[in-house]
Amino acid sequence: MSKRILAAAALAATSLGLAVPAQAQQRIQFEFWYGLTGRLGEIMEEHCKRFNDSQTKYEAKCVGQGGYDKAEQNTIAAFRSKQHPTLVQIYDAGTVNFMLSGATYNAPDLARDFNMKIDWSGYFAGISNYYATSKGQMWSFPYNSSTALLYWNKDAWAKIGKTKAPETIEEWWDDVRAMKKAGVECGFAFDYDTWMPLEQFSAIHNLPIATKNNGYDGLDAEVMFNKTKFADYMKDWKKLLDEGVARIQTAQTGKTILQAFTDGSCASMLSSVANHGVVGSTAKPGLNWGVAKLPIYKDFKRHNSLVGGASLWILQGKSKPEYEAAAAYIQFLLQPKEEQWFADVTGYIPVTQAGYKAMVDAGFYADPKRQGREIAIESLTFTPPTAVSRGIRLGNFTQIRAEIRSELEAAFTGKKDVQTALDDAAARSNQILRRFEQTFKGKQLP
Amino acid sequence: MDRRATFDNLWLAGALVAPQILLVIVFFYWPTMQALYWAFSTQPPFGGTNQWVGWQNFQQIFADAVYWNSVRVSIIFAALSTALSIGMALLLALMIDRQLAGHKAYRFVYFWPYAIAAPAVGLAFRFIFAPDAGFVSAINQLAPNLWNPALKGWDAMILIVIANSWKMMAYNFIFFLAALQSIPRGLIEAAAMDGSGVLRRARDIQIPLLAPTLFFLLVINITESFVDSFGIIDITTGGGPARATDLMVFKIYSDGFKGLDYSMAAAQSIVLMLLVIGLTFVQFRYVEKRVHYA
Repeated sequence: MSKRILAAAALAATSLGLAVPAQAQQRIQFEFWYGLTGRLGEIMEEHCKRFNDSQTKYEAKCVGQGGYDKAEQNTIAAFRSKQHPTLVQIYDAGTVNFMLSGATYNAPDLARDFNMKIDWSGYFAGISNYYATSKGQMWSFPYNSSTALLYWNKDAWAKIGKTKAPETIEEWWDDVRAMKKAGVECGFAFDYDTWMPLEQFSAIHNLPIATKNNGYDGLDAEVMFNKTKFADYMKDWKKLLDEGVARIQTAQTGKTILQAFTDGSCASMLSSVANHGVVGSTAKPGLNWGVAKLPIYKDFKRHNSLVGGASLWILQGKSKPEYEAAAAYIQFLLQPKEEQWFADVTGYIPVTQAGYKAMVDAGFYADPKRQGREIAIESLTFTPPTAVSRGIRLGNFTQIRAEIRSELEAAFTGKKDVQTALDDAAARSNQILRRFEQTFKGKQLP
Repeated sequence: MDRRATFDNLWLAGALVAPQILLVIVFFYWPTMQALYWAFSTQPPFGGTNQWVGWQNFQQIFADAVYWNSVRVSIIFAALSTALSIGMALLLALMIDRQLAGHKAYRFVYFWPYAIAAPAVGLAFRFIFAPDAGFVSAINQLAPNLWNPALKGWDAMILIVIANSWKMMAYNFIFFLAALQSIPRGLIEAAAMDGSGVLRRARDIQIPLLAPTLFFLLVINITESFVDSFGIIDITTGGGPARATDLMVFKIYSDGFKGLDYSMAAAQSIVLMLLVIGLTFVQFRYVEKRVHYA
């Protein structure tokens, strides 16, 4: 209806000889849906605008979906009713759903069909391995990429006479307890997000989360996180909570871990490097903070951490010009200049080695404002990815995260003991995996 | 009693009701049939080929302790929020009906909450009841950790009950007030002249005469609290902590849209639908008998 009115208005305008810029009409439009919200969502808009301003041939229409999970849900709903966008930003945990969907126009095909210049080996191995199929191809283009870091309050640590972030988990706990004695009420803030304690923790300790190499080798994988060191890690968290030296901070308690860290009330947290920019801009004046690699149990050898964030998927059922425009958009994002701009305003890491090198050469990381962001690259590339530090490929992983979250809530609020909670979470996760396997009966992971 | 309007021209009658029927089919029966089909098969997220699985989805639901937990909390929620919202609305309506000072302004304002979208209500109550930063955090200053809906299941339940009742109260209030105002003044005045006080008049005259309204609101409130609590939960508690507020309708949403298991969600909505039909039936069968329509 409104389209028709618009068209009629445009027709009227042109017939009256009014000035409608000629190129504006000829531009090839395509739709891009993104999941990021808040400041990061605004940056998505800006990135779009930079593309639209950079040339006159294509026009990206970027639409925020209000969250990663919403972006996935909405895309699926839209695809079912054939109203989907050409390009969509899908988070790490949704990768397997899209691989099996049969609804995608895969990255290598797009690159071939539209003569894109992509150096597939130029991506950081930690990133490309995460998203790759068993044949080593990425079906989507890695976009905003991050990894987890320890954020620590240097002033709080100074109270116990330390100037360095803890390297081992044992040391971290000692520090947190010592700080309590020195008057720091909350040494560590955490929530129920599994990305840091389960996924990143397991990767750097080279521990499996599920059989079949975390699911990469088949849909019949079973989770096993309740039997690894992760269970001890969660028991430690519970102990810190009971001792009153750590705190749970969520939106429901009034402050998220990010807010509790930036206002100085809690001395450390685990969070994504993507929040580096946000912490910098929202920290209370004078907050003296830094980032470090995730602490590790002292009996373990450190491995690479996991890439988090999202990649760009191209969906089927669109016209050739739309694909051409989407290809141009992706090509645009991969320019070192754009990678640097995006990394600068967010905290995300560059996805290609060339982009990273250009930034190092330009002195990007020497700026005190960005100090510590290079640690994310160091963490991500610490070792070549192993079969289990490579990533996680489990069906309906979003729901598995939710199950673990619910059980951790039960454990941390004292309704269940930690081991029982994790055993229950594992049992429920396996049910989800079996459901997924049944729903995709006869399909193989690519 | 057996007076019936008869209509000879059936074709015309059919044509006249056809648009209505069509709307009902498109927006009610068709989706219900679709849900029914999904409930007995597996539906891949992106669409495609369903496999028929018979009763398997239902068997899995009924064998799941987490599902029974969501039934339990749904019933608790429905009972508490219906009692609170009807009770408070009745109290307010009786007060307004007495035409106390300022009653016109109150009468006007009390309906407002119903006009507010559920997520906005949720956001406001999340803020008010936030244990670290909200208005209620004063309680925690006096007694640390007395109130913490992020950690304590019952606190979270109380939070959503209050938020939902606050909204539903406004709706109930209008109905009660309208019903009260239709009670002949003469009755109340006669009772007053006979020496009965405010409470006595309310108990013996007004509330019995409100019975049909009360019954109607009971049905509506129970149904609403089963099927329409989603917006508030999504914003305030997200079903937690540890599934303490994981109501049936919220579980359908999270299994279906977050978990992308459309079939399991469809099976659960069929169960929810049957439950609401069953409850309404019970109310009409047993509660309505005690209602006297004037």
